[in-house]
Amino acid sequence: MTPSPQSFDSAPTVSERPSVVFGLDQPLVTDGGGSIAPLTIGFETYGALNSARSNAILLCHALTGDQYAASVHPVTGKPGWWDVLVGPGLPFDTDRFFVICSNVVGGCMGTTGPASINSATGRAYGLDFPVVTIRDMVRAQAMLIDRLGIDMLFCVAGGSMGGMQVLQWAASYPERVFAAMPIATAARHSSQNIAFHEVGRQAVMADPDWRGGRYLDEGVRPEKGLAVARMSAHITYLSEQALQRKFGRKLQARAAPTFSFDADFQIESYLRHQGLAFVERFDANSYLFVTRACDYFDLAADYGGSLARAFTGAKTRFCVISFTSDWLYPTSASRAIVHALNAGGASVSFVEIASDKGHDAFLLYEPDFFATTRGFLESAARARGIAPVTARRS
Amino acid sequence: MTTSLKIAPGRFDLAVVADIVEPGSRVLDVGCGDGLLLQMLERQKQVDGRGVELSQRGVNDCVAKGLSVIQGDADTDLSDYPEDGFDYVILSQTLQATQRPRVVLDNMLRIGRRAIVSFPNFGHWRVRAELLLRGRMPKTPNLDFAWYDTPNIHLCTIRDFVELADEIGAHIERGVALDRAGAPIRWKAPWPVMNLFGAQAIFLLERGRETRRDARP
Repeated sequence: MTPSPQSFDSAPTVSERPSVVFGLDQPLVTDGGGSIAPLTIGFETYGALNSARSNAILLCHALTGDQYAASVHPVTGKPGWWDVLVGPGLPFDTDRFFVICSNVVGGCMGTTGPASINSATGRAYGLDFPVVTIRDMVRAQAMLIDRLGIDMLFCVAGGSMGGMQVLQWAASYPERVFAAMPIATAARHSSQNIAFHEVGRQAVMADPDWRGGRYLDEGVRPEKGLAVARMSAHITYLSEQALQRKFGRKLQARAAPTFSFDADFQIESYLRHQGLAFVERFDANSYLFVTRACDYFDLAADYGGSLARAFTGAKTRFCVISFTSDWLYPTSASRAIVHALNAGGASVSFVEIASDKGHDAFLLYEPDFFATTRGFLESAARARGIAPVTARRS
Repeated sequence: MTTSLKIAPGRFDLAVVADIVEPGSRVLDVGCGDGLLLQMLERQKQVDGRGVELSQRGVNDCVAKGLSVIQGDADTDLSDYPEDGFDYVILSQTLQATQRPRVVLDNMLRIGRRAIVSFPNFGHWRVRAELLLRGRMPKTPNLDFAWYDTPNIHLCTIRDFVELADEIGAHIERGVALDRAGAPIRWKAPWPVMNLFGAQAIFLLERGRETRRDARP
């Protein structure tokens, strides 16, 4: 049954979150030669699809994000990861646009992933889940968009791994993307990016409770390994300056060092907390799969080594955004994208936002970032003929 | 949107530049500021316009207006553009602030079939008089900076510019000098007259026949 998108306007309770299921007759065939069926895709929507079906925006979430872009997270109870940017009157104005966000394939928040039950065995997939790529994630999203009856997305936007999906969308389905916003991202994973991911994966796999990936069968979880993976990754999301300003060498609830291996320093305590909070909501195998998807991402490689060729003749209008203190996906990575888009003759805007908040800046309120996003969407909406908001809902 | 465009005082060159561009062209405005010229060109000439601007404020303003503008530097980022991507590459009141004006001009004529360059004329009689009579680095309405904090590091006269155009093998298709009030100096006036009375100049350059398209770094 095709669900009516408009019906998702009201916020459902946790148990009745929207999802679509693709049966055994519609497998997702992956780049690695695997096949995923049945495939469930969990998603959230905000706002309403207009009658011309022209105002849909797809938000692509980052590595450990999920579909709860602007809704309270059902596990943590925290606001959505782009709560500051998505909503009535905000840059992604839900009074004007129909905003969709789905959990990636390989994820663990409602879309089929390694923690899902493999219908062939009746057990969790674990490492039997096919290794998926960014392109596989985008294929799954395209299946969802088809099911929602949307031909062309007004905009595809996302940061970090979400930005990779945006680039993949523009390359794979140029006729289905009117505007694209790849934010704080790269067209390929660098050696350093892969290195950090490998540290995280090794931490998970070194945990005795990982059990070769079969921990769910054995009723345990590799929480320590996954927490360490998160701790090391979290450092890469922040700038040195932001860490120094926030924590410096401050001690945690004590006046002097204890000459032990307790979390004497605030930064230690903070990272431990980040690690513990993360394992509450994330599946360890899923972490292996999504990090792997990023590592394999090299858009140019699919186009004979020429990134420009990925975008040749694209009608999509792009807005590329980077942040000055982001050393995970630095401005040079965004400039490479802009260069390729220019060489391909695409319409592209590019802004480097001054921020000392590191990679995570794309999740935070940065006035210039917001103004750029608003301006870009506003003008693109005008070009697309999407009616402006006349009266705000109270 | 039919709001009228607010033109900054003294920017008489913009109307001349806008007049030169043929309708429906592909245009790259290098140093596009807040996007005023691009907007004028999009409205009056229905161009497919792109911009490059150094300041974040300028880029933000442009993107907010719906213009396709990237943050970049005329000196370093033009080499990223492929050949022949544009009909016109425009550099308005920016040449004098570039590190390597010659390389910038070379790149402009590589990227575009034609280049439009406007710049303040350092050969204007008031500039000359200031240096000659007062013995001071000239400050004019167009060049209102003290010598120690000016962004204008490569000022030139109309005559200097004509010489450079010649040197890079560019053909001058049109040259207009504007007086201090923004009125064009009599068409076909000899260079020395333009150089003395022009407060600013606008040149339309074309690749010379002998200019090899692939000759640029």
